[in-house]
Amino acid sequence: MANVTSTAAEPERLQLLRVLGPAHIWALGVGIVLVGEYMGWNFSVGKGGMIAGLIACWVAGLLYTCVAMIDSEVTSTVAAAGGQYAQAKHIVGPLMAFNVGLFLVMAYTMLEAANAITVGFLLDTVAGMQGHSGLNQQPFIILAIMFLAWLNYRGVLATLTFNLVITAVAFVAIITLFIAVQFGASNVPLDFSAITSDPLPYGWVGIVASLHFGLWYYLGIEGTCQAAEEVRSPARSLPYGTMAGIMTLLIAATMTWYVCSGLIPWEYLGQAGTPLFDAARVTGSTSLMVLLFVGTTFATLASANGCINDASRAWFSMGRDRYLPSWFGAVHPVYRTPYRAIVFLVPIALIFALGAPLDQVVTFSILSGLLGYTFMTFNMVMFRNKWPLDTIKRGYVHPFHPLPTIVLLILCSTAYFAVFLGYGTQLSAMMCFYIVASLWFHFRRYQFVRRGDQFTMPWPKPQGY
Amino acid sequence: MAYKPPKQSLAGQIFDVLTLLVLTIGALYIPLYLGLAGAVKVPNPIANPTWEALGQNAAEQQQWAALGITDPAAANDIITARFDYSFSWAALIVMAVLVIGYFVMVVRLSDREYREVIEERFGDKKR
Repeated sequence: MANVTSTAAEPERLQLLRVLGPAHIWALGVGIVLVGEYMGWNFSVGKGGMIAGLIACWVAGLLYTCVAMIDSEVTSTVAAAGGQYAQAKHIVGPLMAFNVGLFLVMAYTMLEAANAITVGFLLDTVAGMQGHSGLNQQPFIILAIMFLAWLNYRGVLATLTFNLVITAVAFVAIITLFIAVQFGASNVPLDFSAITSDPLPYGWVGIVASLHFGLWYYLGIEGTCQAAEEVRSPARSLPYGTMAGIMTLLIAATMTWYVCSGLIPWEYLGQAGTPLFDAARVTGSTSLMVLLFVGTTFATLASANGCINDASRAWFSMGRDRYLPSWFGAVHPVYRTPYRAIVFLVPIALIFALGAPLDQVVTFSILSGLLGYTFMTFNMVMFRNKWPLDTIKRGYVHPFHPLPTIVLLILCSTAYFAVFLGYGTQLSAMMCFYIVASLWFHFRRYQFVRRGDQFTMPWPKPQGY
Repeated sequence: MAYKPPKQSLAGQIFDVLTLLVLTIGALYIPLYLGLAGAVKVPNPIANPTWEALGQNAAEQQQWAALGITDPAAANDIITARFDYSFSWAALIVMAVLVIGYFVMVVRLSDREYREVIEERFGDKKR
């Protein structure tokens, strides 16, 4: 990729490499999210019971289908690194963009921390099965984060090719477990009696509450558009890769619920650290246990890998635009990666991975994601209002507007209430964090931002301005 | 005339990064560390637990055994733990005000900034 001249004052500015195709986009999206099938989703069963867990899986699937439709249209038009961050900058304004950048960084960094916690927990479980209980998980957590940060530092193509391979293995592991159980590979029978004997342990409110962790099945799929500046053909690859990712995840999520709910008592499943691996343990098949151990390890590593990729792109973009100190906006002269952003986010991930419980870290990630989805609703309406369909060329136009937006807003509101049920303190803490950060940006940081540089797309003036 | 932002010193850049770090850790990590935040899931263990008393059928007992739990007493807390979903309407209203108020504030302040951006970006063409 050649260097380009950006301004007269800045003779050369290194650009990210355009090397990715639709398969990489699929791998980036599914790679980040597939871990949601391997851990975290099952807390939705804990919050509402088996049926509530399944309903949450499908309702969350509907929410993310709306997200993918909306996001594909805007991203195929605003093809710039930072994804939703770049969208907010062009459509709503700098403060919204700063907030969206923080949503992305927090959602992905917390997800990365959750993945590292799971790696440590899985190794501890396996060590315990081998008679070595009490394994110190911390070295493995640190090693996982440091290794993946190094991989990201070295280059995006190698990173996402690595993701493509390990994501495929993790996906095949889920399908294999599902088929093997169907063909009687399990010593213990599938048992769904709790559906009739204890259908809704919390009543209908449990179904709403379970939507909180139902989001975890798919959280992060919107990360596909973080790589918009590194994709060879954004208008084609981003919608195609994102929609293919959602379909993959819907299938995997339903199979996961079926196998885990059938093999694990719902009370245990609702608090398990590695549900798919536990399901394989219940089958009594050593080969399935090994496969799901590998699948869980690969899924967590792929997810953490993608998270580092996405969080660092968002942080990098904010640095480049001076929303954060411009020192973070540097591209590595050899590897062409946002290396300072990658390195800076490592200790933040480590603090939460080493010191916070899994469900709390997952909740912080979900909350930041949820705030981002709420932003997408009014962002979509403003996008269509400021630039109607006939004013700029879009790579993809999503159908039935504004229905997906309305559905998304209703589901987001329900999800806030779901988080409030049981995790209201975290919700309040997070809102206070974003409010204070917003005031800090508007009254302190914004003075360093070049106004005209915040609008770089070759679009006409927005209507109404 | 395009707005010319002041040049930020290295010390200023470090100060800004530290501010964000303190915000992140202060608002999110310290409440967790001090145990002020957390899900309200309370075990209600029963006396003299048996699998039958805990509502576990034969297949579920097999599943518990495969997970390494053969003693019903060890599963007592897991099986009987429940969230408490009772809530105060006042707390719900406060949460709604926080979320809605946050978005209203961000969109309004953003719009002020956005007008400056548009003015500078398209100002020349207008003239």
